[in-house]
Formats: sequence, C-alpha cells, structure tokens
Amino acid sequence: MLQTTERGLYCSAADVYIDPWLPVERAIITHAHGDHARWGSRHYLASREGGRVLRTRLGADANIELVDFGESRNINGVSISLVPAGHILGSAQVRLEHNGDVWVVSGDYKTEPDPTCSAFEPVRCNTFITESTFGLPIYRWCAQEETFAGMRAWWAENAALGRASLVYAYALGKAQRVLAGMLDAGIGPIYTHGAVERLTIDYRKSGVALHPTSAVVAQPRGTTYAGSLIVAPPSAAGSTWLRRFGDLSTAFASGWMQVRGARRRRSLDKGFVLSDHVDWPALIDTISATGAERVWVTHGYREQVVRFLRDKGLDAHSMASHWEGEDEQGPAVADEEAIA
Amino acid sequence: MKRFAQLYSAIDSTTSTNRKVDAMAEYFASAAPADAAWAVYFLSGGRPKRLIGVRRVAEWAMAESGVPPWLFEECYHAVGDLAETIALLLPDHVAPHALLPRPLHDWVENVLLPLGNMSEDEQRQAVLNAWRQLDGTERFVWNKLITGSFRVGVSGQLVVRALARASNIDEGVIAHRLSGHWTPTAESFSALIEPDSSDADRSRPFPFYLAYALEGELESLGNPAQWQAEWKWDGIRSQVIRRDGQTYIWTRGGELATDRFPEIVAAANALPDGTVLDGEIMPWMNGAAMPFAQLQRRIGRKKLGPRILAEVPIVLIAYDLLELEGRDMRAAPLTVRRAALANICQCDDGRPERVSRHERSEGPALLLSPIITLQTWSDARAAHAGSRDHRAEGLMLKRLDSEYGVGRRKGSWWKWKVQPFSVDAVMIYAQPGHGRRALLHTDYTFAVRDGDALVPFAKAYSGLTDTEIRELDAWIRRHTIEKFGPVRHVEPVHVFELHFEGIQHSPRHKSGVAVRFPRIARWRTDKTASEADTIETLRTLLEAAK
Repeated sequence: MLQTTERGLYCSAADVYIDPWLPVERAIITHAHGDHARWGSRHYLASREGGRVLRTRLGADANIELVDFGESRNINGVSISLVPAGHILGSAQVRLEHNGDVWVVSGDYKTEPDPTCSAFEPVRCNTFITESTFGLPIYRWCAQEETFAGMRAWWAENAALGRASLVYAYALGKAQRVLAGMLDAGIGPIYTHGAVERLTIDYRKSGVALHPTSAVVAQPRGTTYAGSLIVAPPSAAGSTWLRRFGDLSTAFASGWMQVRGARRRRSLDKGFVLSDHVDWPALIDTISATGAERVWVTHGYREQVVRFLRDKGLDAHSMASHWEGEDEQGPAVADEEAIA
Repeated sequence: MKRFAQLYSAIDSTTSTNRKVDAMAEYFASAAPADAAWAVYFLSGGRPKRLIGVRRVAEWAMAESGVPPWLFEECYHAVGDLAETIALLLPDHVAPHALLPRPLHDWVENVLLPLGNMSEDEQRQAVLNAWRQLDGTERFVWNKLITGSFRVGVSGQLVVRALARASNIDEGVIAHRLSGHWTPTAESFSALIEPDSSDADRSRPFPFYLAYALEGELESLGNPAQWQAEWKWDGIRSQVIRRDGQTYIWTRGGELATDRFPEIVAAANALPDGTVLDGEIMPWMNGAAMPFAQLQRRIGRKKLGPRILAEVPIVLIAYDLLELEGRDMRAAPLTVRRAALANICQCDDGRPERVSRHERSEGPALLLSPIITLQTWSDARAAHAGSRDHRAEGLMLKRLDSEYGVGRRKGSWWKWKVQPFSVDAVMIYAQPGHGRRALLHTDYTFAVRDGDALVPFAKAYSGLTDTEIRELDAWIRRHTIEKFGPVRHVEPVHVFELHFEGIQHSPRHKSGVAVRFPRIARWRTDKTASEADTIETLRTLLEAAK
C-alpha cells in the first residue's frame, strides 16, 4: 500500500504522501516538527488537535484541512484516519485501510502519559511503520515524576544560591511538557525564549494548562533573573543571549541525557532524561501490541531494531527516510527538531 | 557506597573546579575515615591490580539483562563506556532492597579486593550480588571500580586541595604525606589530616614542582640575568632518595621504580644520608641521550637482562636538590640548591660533563644537568633552536631565586618546547570516542600520499573544537564508504595539519614510521587531499630526526 519515493512515503492508491520531504500535491502530516511538516505542498491533512501549532509552523497561506482523531476519510477506496501518537500536541499516527489490509505509520510517538497531548493508542494492523530514535536497550526512561522532581530540586538549590536556572528544551513539545511539569511547583513566572513563548501561546489557545510564562524579550532592561527558571531552545546554548542572566546553571531535557557522555560533552550542569519518544521496552511492546506481521523501521537505530525483531521471528525491514535520526545526523544535532 | 556515588555525581556534573573541590572537601570532612581513605585512593587515581576480566563482567551483564551479545556490542558503541553500558542495561530491582546500606570501605575491602583471589564462579556470584544490592549511579561507580576504569575529572592535586580545605592543613604538607606508598586505611587517613605529625615515612618523595608552558615573549620574563636555562629532557622525571642507608626512586607518575634502574641505585648508594635529588631518568650512551623509544623498550621488559642493560644504559640527569643532610631545602633559592647539588654530586659546576665518583665502563650514572647561561634572550633563542641536536624537547627556564614549589604554579619555572613536527594528512578512518566523546566520531586515522595510494601513519584524538567535531561527525556519517564494526572508512577528502613530537623508524607500521604524541593542529579546509603531504615528507623528517 505504501512505498518510499524520492519525495517521501507514498500511497499510490490514494495518491497521498505521508510527511513528504519534498513538495507534493497532497500531504498527510503526522505532527508539526520541521522534519515531518515541510513547506511547499499544495494540500495538507492533519489533526485538529495540532491545528494551531501546524499553522504557526507552515504559515498563514498553507492549505490545511483538519480532521478529528478517529474520523475517517475515504480517498479512492483507501480509508484514512488519524490516531493519537502521544508525541506532542496534535501528533498522529496515520491508519490506512484498503481491501482489508491495514497499515499504520507511527510518526514519532511515546506511550507515557503527557498532559500536553492526547495519549497514544495502539492500533492493530498488518504493517506497522515505526520510528526507532531510541531503539537500543540502554534507553529506558525513569518515571517522569522523578525527572520533574529532580528539576524542581535543582531549581530550588540554584534559587537558594541566588542563581538562575535555564533548561534547554526543544521549542515545540518538550518546552511545553516542562512547563506542564512545573505547574504548582511554587516557582514564580517562568521566563521563556521567544521561540518557546510563541508555541506556548498556541498550546494555551488549544486548551492545554501550562505554568504561567513571560517572554524574556518583554522584560525591561536591568531585570534580574536570580532565582528564576528560564526555558530556551537548545540553539540558544553558547549565544550572547545568555549573558543577561548572570550566574546561571544550565540543564538539558532530552532522552539523550540518559548517556553520561552526551551530558558531559555539552558542558551542562544537569541532564534531565525527558523524552517525547518511546524508550526501548515501550518500542518493543508497542510493536507487538499492533499485532503487525510486517514492520518497517525508520529513523534512529533502525538496523539494530530490525535485527532484533527478525531474531524474534518478525518480518522486519529497514526504511530509509529523511526524518532525522541518529544514523543520518547523529545526536550531535539532536538539539533540533524531532529528536529532542 | 551511596555517599561515594553521590560525590561522584557531584564531581561529574559540574565543570567548575571550585565546586568539585567543595564537593570533595565536604565528603572528606564528614565521611568515616575508613571510607574517606578509599575515596582519596580512588579519586587520586589509585587502582587495585587486575581484579577481574572485563570480558567476564560483560558476559554476566548480558545474561542478567537478557541482551544478546551483538546488541550489547551496539549499546557499548553508543555509550562508549563499558561500566556505564552495563549499568544502563541491568534490570531494575523488582522490589526495593531492605538490606542495610554498606559503606564504601566495606564494599572495597570485603567484596572488591577479594575478587582477585576468587574462582570465576565465586566472582560471578559476588558481582551479581553487588548489582542486586546497588542501584543507579552506585552500580555505575561499582562497575568502574571492579573493571579498574574509575576516573572522574579531578587530579591528585585537586584531591590534595580538598583535603587541605577539609582539614585546614597546608596543601604542601598534605601532598607530602600523600606521596609515596600511602595505604588507604582509617589510620592513615586520620594521620593525613592530623594537625601535626612529624611522621615522615622515610621513603616518601616530595611533590614534584611542575612548570607551565611559556606563553608570551621571552622578554616578558624580564632581565635574562635573573634566569637560568637548562635542556628540557625527554625522559622520566624522578626523585632519587637516599635516607637511612636506603635508596628509593620515585617517578612523577607516583611509581616506586627503584628496581628498574640498578645503575642509578648503585650511584645513589654513594650519596650521603638525607639526600633527595630531582632529575630526569634518561637512556644515555657515549655521552649523549638516546631516543625516548629506547627507554620505553627498556621499561617494557619485565626482567632486566644483561643485554638490555648494555643496550640501553640509564643515567639520572640531576637538576635539583630537595633535601640535604635531612633538611628540607625547598624554600632555599635555586642558586643555593644548585650549588649544593653540584657539591653533592662531587663535580665542579663549571664542568658539567664531569662525573660522579661512581665510574662505570659506560660512564657515570649520575650527571648534573648543564646550565645554559644567558646574557641576553637571544642566547636562549639560539640554544632553543639547537634543542633537537641534544635530543632535548626544548628549554626549561627557571628563575635563579625560585623556591621549589608544590604542583604546577605560574611564574618562576617555564617550559619552552621546540616547535613540533608538522605534516598535512588526509583523514581516512573515523570511530566514536569514549566518555565525553561517546556517540561522536572523534578518533581519526590519518594518511599521507604514496603515489595514488594513501598510507595510514597516525591516529589522533584531540585538537579540534567541539563545533568542528560536530561538523566533522555529521560529515563522516554521510560519507562513509565502508563500516568495520565501529570504524568507518570515509571518503579521503579532509586534510588536517598534524603535529607530533618525534618520529621513529617502525617496521610494525605500514608507513614504516611511528610518530610520538600526534595531535590535530588545525583543519586545512583550504587544502584538498591531492595537496596533502607524501610519504617522502615523512622519510625526510625521519632522516633529519636521526
């Protein structure tokens, strides 16, 4: 039903692409991260839940059609519907059914609960196309409550020393998850980088409860940040933008922080393990929950996951894509986009 | 163990030296002496001799976590650290253990050290038990300890500073008490931080005084008449101690090496009691230094047979006197120490090539480091330019009034190394690094041109900025021709200027040469692979270095 082409993952029966990396006529978008939602296509189909953030990302002129989760569209005899993927606000899996054959494209996903988006739903299918960003057994996430408790303790310790705390978190998704995790933490206003603030407003307008924020850019000159918490995208690291904060402790919220070398390389004071992707056990469990007899594995540790699944007797294949993952770019650029 | 693991995390999670020292000082001030003693031992780089085969530990971890060997290998490549890979893979505890927490010294003395004398099966049981009793960071630290790979970003000097901060005792006193064969027991830890104990263990060396690399112009040092220059020898920095009728040789690495250098022991036995010399152990023949590789060859031998002793004779080139007739001379000015040194070596300082009284057929084993007198800074420049003719790495510049300090201090001693050798080479292989550089390709192999072929001749790990490493890493992933395990054969495109300290003929290398301390000086983005240096360049350097 699906095949990879130079423009992206293509369904010829319905003549649609899923998260194409080049402009096409009709694109179904799993979520608004830049490596999945690219500019230039004529027509986009996406989830209603993520409508606002996708609009912010694709611009006012994009032709976007929104559907509810579970609502199905019939295109040339292919029944297409979106199912929550639990990755970020509005993230969806794409379910395609044609003559009784069911395919599901996971997009990026996680199975942990996340108050900023609808929870992942496993879908039974014949073929499952899964991501594998953290497809090694060293990646097992600790309970997120533990991570948030650690973050609060870190902030409190810095605040007691009159120091500001800055968390690097990807501007779309991770930043808002941090803000939700800090609700009722007794922290004053949380300051945000402009890129974070814009999307945070979209989240609030979409009905997600987040800790109050205030954009750094809106603060008067001479504002002191001692004792405050700041959320900024990883790209702000090492920039002169940081100078205004004075004595500062820095941390990064990402699944990559599971590995000590990744923390140390960035010269961070803290690494908080917080991922919007499935960890290894959830990846393997999810694949078996779909009941799929065939699995395509994309971006991440796909060769390793394919080998593991084949050893378990599954018909697994590696699928090259332009969605970003360690094998193409490595966690060195993990700060950006979907990987965070 | 929990507290020690917390200390490890505290040190590991900050880049600030001061915060590291604070964390250690807090630990030393509050931990039980028996635990603090082991913390001192491990933090200053102490390692119990081979306890357990690393391979075995990995196999038990695979069995315990149910991860097949190939997947374990993949995980190891991603993490770049075996102890951490194992800690990340081991299953979580089913139920929180209700066992009494065991302190560090208990773990070390009753579990870790006995491992070395156990059968494989007993070892396995002991290690599995430990894993089941420890969690998170404790497991990681434990794995580091049993595999002998415990390292955290502190130097022995920082441990000394932390001990001084915790005990309010002078750093120099602590360093002196710690040097030599310090044993990690509660008693010796208490003695270490005791306000006053004139306890001198007679074998103990003084902490070595280290020089910084000269940064600015020579002229910034002021009047050349206030300085003396000596060759910077490329040997093993050592102290030779003569006390109570015994001789001890300590290397700067903290190793008691008396047995390795019988020639020096024979010469030192003639020194008066209460003498400590500081100098360089050098391979020396016919009145001249031999290449460092010869010394390495000799150190590599387990047994010193008559043949190696004849092929690679050793001398001590003495350059300082730290103790005279049992008195600590370190606070005396260099000129005074030097005069006493010349006197004790029984030679006239004006004739540095003269010999000690212990004559051998190969010549004396105790030499006095020649002084290069400086009238002007041009004299220093001229001497510096001729360093390689003496097989020296450059010059040492010491202020005539300088005392013999503790550790590395700026100001009165400088090392001024000669320009390294330099070659433009092509990167052909890359593999991921370890520790801080795990997940990134940071270990590179470089080649020179030989006709149309590329001949690998050096590996280098350092010299690029973090930004360059990331850029190169992304490029490597996209331009891999072939993979051999973790090693990627990449397109021969990028040229780097490599620096190295020495070059030697080597039949074991494809290129026929081995280079010493290769590192990347810069990324030559202005050059293409066809403009890289050739094997001929290396051969010319080899000729010149002979």
